[in-house]
Amino acid sequence: MSIYSPEADWLRPPHGAERVWIGLAFTWCLVMFIAMPYWHFYGKQNSTGESYRVQPGAFAQRVQQFVATHRVGDMNGIPVVEPPPGSDAYLQAQMWSWYPILKLRKGQTYRVHISSIDLQHGFSLQPINMNFQILPGYDHVLTLTPTSAGEFTIICNEFCGIGHHLMTGRILVDE
Amino acid sequence: MTTSTIDSDIPSRPTGNHAPGQVRSCDTTGLPVCLTAQRFIKLHAVVAIVFLLIGGIGAILLALTRWPAVHLLPAEWYYRILTLHGLDMLIVMILNFEIAILYFVGPVLLNSRLFSAKLAWIAFLLMLVGSVIVNVTILAGTSDVLMTSYVPLQAHPAFYLGLIITAVGTLLGVFNYFGTLYIAMRDHTYEGSVPLVTFGGTAAAIIAVGALLHGAIALVPTWLWSLGLIGSIDPAWYRIAWWGLGHMSQQVNVCAMVAVWYLLATITTGAKPLSEAVCRGAFVLYILFINLASAHHHLVDPGVGAAWKIWNSGYAMYLAVLASMVHGFTVPASIEVAMRSKGHTRGLFGWLIAAPWSNPGFSGFFLSLVIFGFGGGITGVVLGTQQINIMAHNTLRIPGHFHVTVVGGTALAFMALTYYLVPLIFQREFYARALCRIQPWLFGGGISFMAIAMSFAGSFGVPRRHWDVEFTGAQLSAGFDSGAHVMLGLMGIGAIIAVAGLLLFVGLVVAAVFFGKSNAGRPMEAWHTEPPVAASTSEPDSGQLGTPGTMTLVLIFLLVFVVYYFANWLWLSDVWQVR
Ligand code: HEM
Ligand SMILES: [Cu+2]
Ligand SMILES: [Cu+2]
Repeated sequence: MSIYSPEADWLRPPHGAERVWIGLAFTWCLVMFIAMPYWHFYGKQNSTGESYRVQPGAFAQRVQQFVATHRVGDMNGIPVVEPPPGSDAYLQAQMWSWYPILKLRKGQTYRVHISSIDLQHGFSLQPINMNFQILPGYDHVLTLTPTSAGEFTIICNEFCGIGHHLMTGRILVDE
Repeated sequence: MTTSTIDSDIPSRPTGNHAPGQVRSCDTTGLPVCLTAQRFIKLHAVVAIVFLLIGGIGAILLALTRWPAVHLLPAEWYYRILTLHGLDMLIVMILNFEIAILYFVGPVLLNSRLFSAKLAWIAFLLMLVGSVIVNVTILAGTSDVLMTSYVPLQAHPAFYLGLIITAVGTLLGVFNYFGTLYIAMRDHTYEGSVPLVTFGGTAAAIIAVGALLHGAIALVPTWLWSLGLIGSIDPAWYRIAWWGLGHMSQQVNVCAMVAVWYLLATITTGAKPLSEAVCRGAFVLYILFINLASAHHHLVDPGVGAAWKIWNSGYAMYLAVLASMVHGFTVPASIEVAMRSKGHTRGLFGWLIAAPWSNPGFSGFFLSLVIFGFGGGITGVVLGTQQINIMAHNTLRIPGHFHVTVVGGTALAFMALTYYLVPLIFQREFYARALCRIQPWLFGGGISFMAIAMSFAGSFGVPRRHWDVEFTGAQLSAGFDSGAHVMLGLMGIGAIIAVAGLLLFVGLVVAAVFFGKSNAGRPMEAWHTEPPVAASTSEPDSGQLGTPGTMTLVLIFLLVFVVYYFANWLWLSDVWQVR
């Protein structure tokens, strides 16, 4: 009885069905345990958490420089910036916008640096549904390879004040 | 079935350490109830129910705001109520309930007095005062920071202070429990090892200490920062410290819930654990491994590397998952053995069909077991897989997951327990027993429905903690397709059903506690309690009776788990490549 003290010799190994189940459950846990490192080495989607400390002001400067160097146009008054394939791109999170608009090529790889200059934000790429945490003081580097073309939306999914739902952005991907 | 008392069957017990007149023998179970413990069980239970009601009112406002066709609250109030709902439910309601449970599984099951009435008063008052401060600062509009208060978002200093005071009160309550364990052992009020339920409660209490210390580490500096005494708080550091509190307290909830499962399995069906060693071992796994598993809150964070993420969420989490899978087997298996030994042996599931479903103490607990296992357990492991988290972080999949762990699991188990708490501790009978019988179904069904809809909406990318999925007024338009909108509507409908179940529960409890018929001096009438299957000291022979029904159930569970797990990897292989 679970509400009374057990018999003195309660420390006995399980037997029968209970033992079988523990074996099965443990085996399944081992499978899951192996799956993550396996995907880390052989899978194509990983969050390695690559990041560097950066002062918000210094990051904003890099973003400005990036925009000035690679700007190719405007959309709704926001600069559209096209970094060369294989190069570094910068994305600034702030209350309440993602700046600038990135223009990428399908199948090319970019090092996208994302940081916040104020609060915590949530980088959420839709409708692909990829999500990363963005913190002030940390340059979060995503080594990103778009595998589909079109116009994608970035929304914010970490609460960042009353205008949180206004925080949107774009990534444009050409074939 | 008739009411039966089980006191004729209890093993003879050593004398307790109570002062004369400070203990009563329960008229139904024969357990020795310390009157001081009883008073504080009542006080904490009342506070828990009050905050459950406040949180429940908040819940419906939130759900009706997230339903785009209704969009009830203005943005400001949505975030304010979200802060309130999270804290009142997850901290105030749950912790008060857990202290009440500790005051039961310590003093009552160990035949001891409560360690200190004075300490119990201080703990109770601190918890209450802290909670009131938190509620007032939130409702006054000074602290719209959500329950996590991620820095550099800043709340009013009183907000952090209120939380710290609540945590200190809880910690004192936990120490009072440890004190009780100590005097019970010193005074030899019980023989041999502590009962399994007390063992589980102790595991919960140990983890609670860890959780509350992390709370202090996260919140004390943050409080000083809000007062202007500290320059800044590192956001990555804060997240890790805060989730030391946030995650470990979830494990307290799981532990307490499992202890309640064992308790209710015994009271409602006379079940006896198959192997005490296995059940206790599983609780020990919780204590050892769960703290590191809080890494699954940082799977897509900067500042921590892949090795750290994978090691902590894999190695640590899966051993805790193993523990839950073990409990998920032993609890129904012990019921199966008990029911079969009473002659319900037809087919695979004759024992389950014959179980006391008309007893809300049983149906609530069994639903909690099923909802937690199939819903919360499977989704939790999948979302906590490092790479899969990319598709889930901060989407509605997350609240979809935890509303079937801590709500459909823990809160429902606590409700089921309340169907015994009121008649046995408050010594009052419930009114409207037909309504009591449907309440667990309403609440459990509604919350599961809501959680499934949330999970679907989340897999379409809909964020959690978000006032407007139509992004009205944003410089660059955004939105979701009609599938997501349908899911948000279904989520609202599920929430309405769940809140109806919650309000019904509060109404039934209030009616019973304040206006119910007293049953002092005689056994409770409402639902029977079972005589133990084998009050004789020999274990029911599970080998002979077998548990084919439970084995079938857990194999179905494992199949669902495996399919859902690999389906998610498949979906993941479809998103953009990222490192
Ligand atoms: C009738 C029962 C309940 C309903 C209908 C309900 C509904 C909701 C809804 C709609 C949200 C907002 C999700 C969002 O917009 O991001 C939410 C958040 C939450 N709920 Fe509940 N809930 C219920 C009970 C509970 C209980 C009993 C607990 C805890 C024990 C709980 C814990 C939470 C937490 C921790 C959050 C997240 C707050 C945040 O994101 O800061 N809920 N709930
Ligand atoms: Cu944001
Ligand atoms: Cu935001």
